[in-house]
Amino acid sequence: MAAALHAAGVTTYRRSPQLHRPRGFFCAIGKCSSCLMTVDGVPNVRICITPLREGMKVCSPKGKGQLPEDDPATIWTWPGQYVDKILETEVAIIGAGPAGLSAAVETTRMGAETVVFDENDGIGGQLIKQTHMFFGSKEQHAKVRGIDIVPLLLEQIDDSRAQIMLEATAIGLYADKTLGVVRRQELFGLRAQKIIMASGASENMLAFEHCDLPGVYGAGAVQTLMNVYGLIPGRRVLMVGAGNIGLIVSYQLLQAGVEVVEVIEAAPYIGGYHVHAAKIRRAGVPIHTCHTITKASGQEKVEGAVVAQVDSHWQPIPNTQRELAVDVICLAVGLSPTAELLFQAGCQSCYIPELGGHVAVHDENLETTVKGIYVAGDASGIEEASTAMLEGRLAGLCAAESLGKKAISERKEEILSQLKELRTGPFGEKARKGKEMMRQEACRYGL
Amino acid sequence: MAYKKGDALTARELAAQIPPKERLRRGPVAMVECVEEIPCNPCVEICPQGAISMPGGLNKLPRLDWEKCNGCGVCVSGCPGLAIFMVDLTEGRDRAKVALPYEFIPLPEKGDKVMALDREGNELGPVDVIRVQKGKRLDRTPIVTIAVPRKWALAARSIRRLGR
Repeated sequence: MAAALHAAGVTTYRRSPQLHRPRGFFCAIGKCSSCLMTVDGVPNVRICITPLREGMKVCSPKGKGQLPEDDPATIWTWPGQYVDKILETEVAIIGAGPAGLSAAVETTRMGAETVVFDENDGIGGQLIKQTHMFFGSKEQHAKVRGIDIVPLLLEQIDDSRAQIMLEATAIGLYADKTLGVVRRQELFGLRAQKIIMASGASENMLAFEHCDLPGVYGAGAVQTLMNVYGLIPGRRVLMVGAGNIGLIVSYQLLQAGVEVVEVIEAAPYIGGYHVHAAKIRRAGVPIHTCHTITKASGQEKVEGAVVAQVDSHWQPIPNTQRELAVDVICLAVGLSPTAELLFQAGCQSCYIPELGGHVAVHDENLETTVKGIYVAGDASGIEEASTAMLEGRLAGLCAAESLGKKAISERKEEILSQLKELRTGPFGEKARKGKEMMRQEACRYGL
Repeated sequence: MAYKKGDALTARELAAQIPPKERLRRGPVAMVECVEEIPCNPCVEICPQGAISMPGGLNKLPRLDWEKCNGCGVCVSGCPGLAIFMVDLTEGRDRAKVALPYEFIPLPEKGDKVMALDREGNELGPVDVIRVQKGKRLDRTPIVTIAVPRKWALAARSIRRLGR
């Protein structure tokens, strides 16, 4: 729905309730709630992940959005349906991205009855936007493009034991491993013996003047527009952040024929691989380290940006501001694990900056402090898709093993050694440090 | 290391990647512009000559055996970082051929004039496209070969299409 509106030139969906500022999408992957609209009378629908269907009535909400009736008793019967049923399964996997699908490969291979949920209308998570060849080695699909990995994973899932439910959002997770799930207009429960949380991550925001203007998009949003819907986000883009995501999305923008005016990075060094930087540098895109964005300009949407150099305390240096004429400001300033459901279920959390912030405490088998609830992929700590796939397999193996399925020690050792190898070397330092801190946290909780 | 700031590789950083003169004289040879330790090794797997190795494991730098390399170009489209180029100095005294990975559309055609660019995107000058390889084997990373003045052989690393 959001892509269709973007294609039609509509970038403002509603007004903020207090200050009436324009609101469009930011993350475009169902995480940030910036794109809420009223759809067929239902308020606060995330239109970035809602498929467009003929005859839908879509409008801007008034204020915070109103439920159709004041009487709370009618909420569950209108217009959706509360289904008074609790389904049962051996393993429930939340998220059908690289980690979730990989987990399902292992659980189904070991004979566990598995249900995979995803709130998108297709599988693959963010893999379906990764048009570049992956790094790593053969075992992790190196040299294969992310978009081509999804069918490879699907092929390995034993569909006689797996059910994949799309457009299904897990909205609650309880310590007895019961999930609340909303699928379209239906709410139901699902009780699983083992839960694997593979819910990915959300795009980080950056605070600067007018950072809420439509046209300030997360890197994932830009990828979604271009690589899923074939739409360009704008004509001239300022990329904020020179980690691998910022560099790769800059390259994809160039491939789509969009001008990348410059890439700025607040740190003195780029965070991404030199080879990714080299691809955009030889295409003529400058990269400025020690630079930040201080302001977006424009009334209804982005019309420009102001960038400035920063000092060693990350503060903008006076008189270094430059104005850039851009219509998109793309933020690629990191990700945060999506782990809220785990905390609701009572899993202990800790704050590890190297893993992206608040994460669920977990042991080497990726099991959290609530027995039977596992976490894998970016939800366990931000890393690459290749590590997410390995973690998914590990969580799947361990979950199935604890259900009493046949032992798998060899495969587990193999996965652990691949994970260790990927986290070796200078670029693995952050993950190594983060996972070491996690090990200490796990000890504290007796895992 | 300037490249850590997002700069292009300097002559010094590239020095170890440049094949020896007598090897360059003998025929096309790969130039592996991969100078940073990242977890990646497809080049080792795909080289049909077994000319690329990675002593020390996945996170180490690739090492090209110039004697084994026959300039076939498989690695040019197979490197996930698009960091391998083929140079050929056997085209006479003044000319050189450079084969580079090119993932943009529209793809130039053989005979087109294009602008040669260096590692920073600076224009070197117009050059001729002499070969365009594409197809399933190259998996959406076509290889464009340009004929350049010899002095640009180690500088020309990208192209920009010119208006027809």
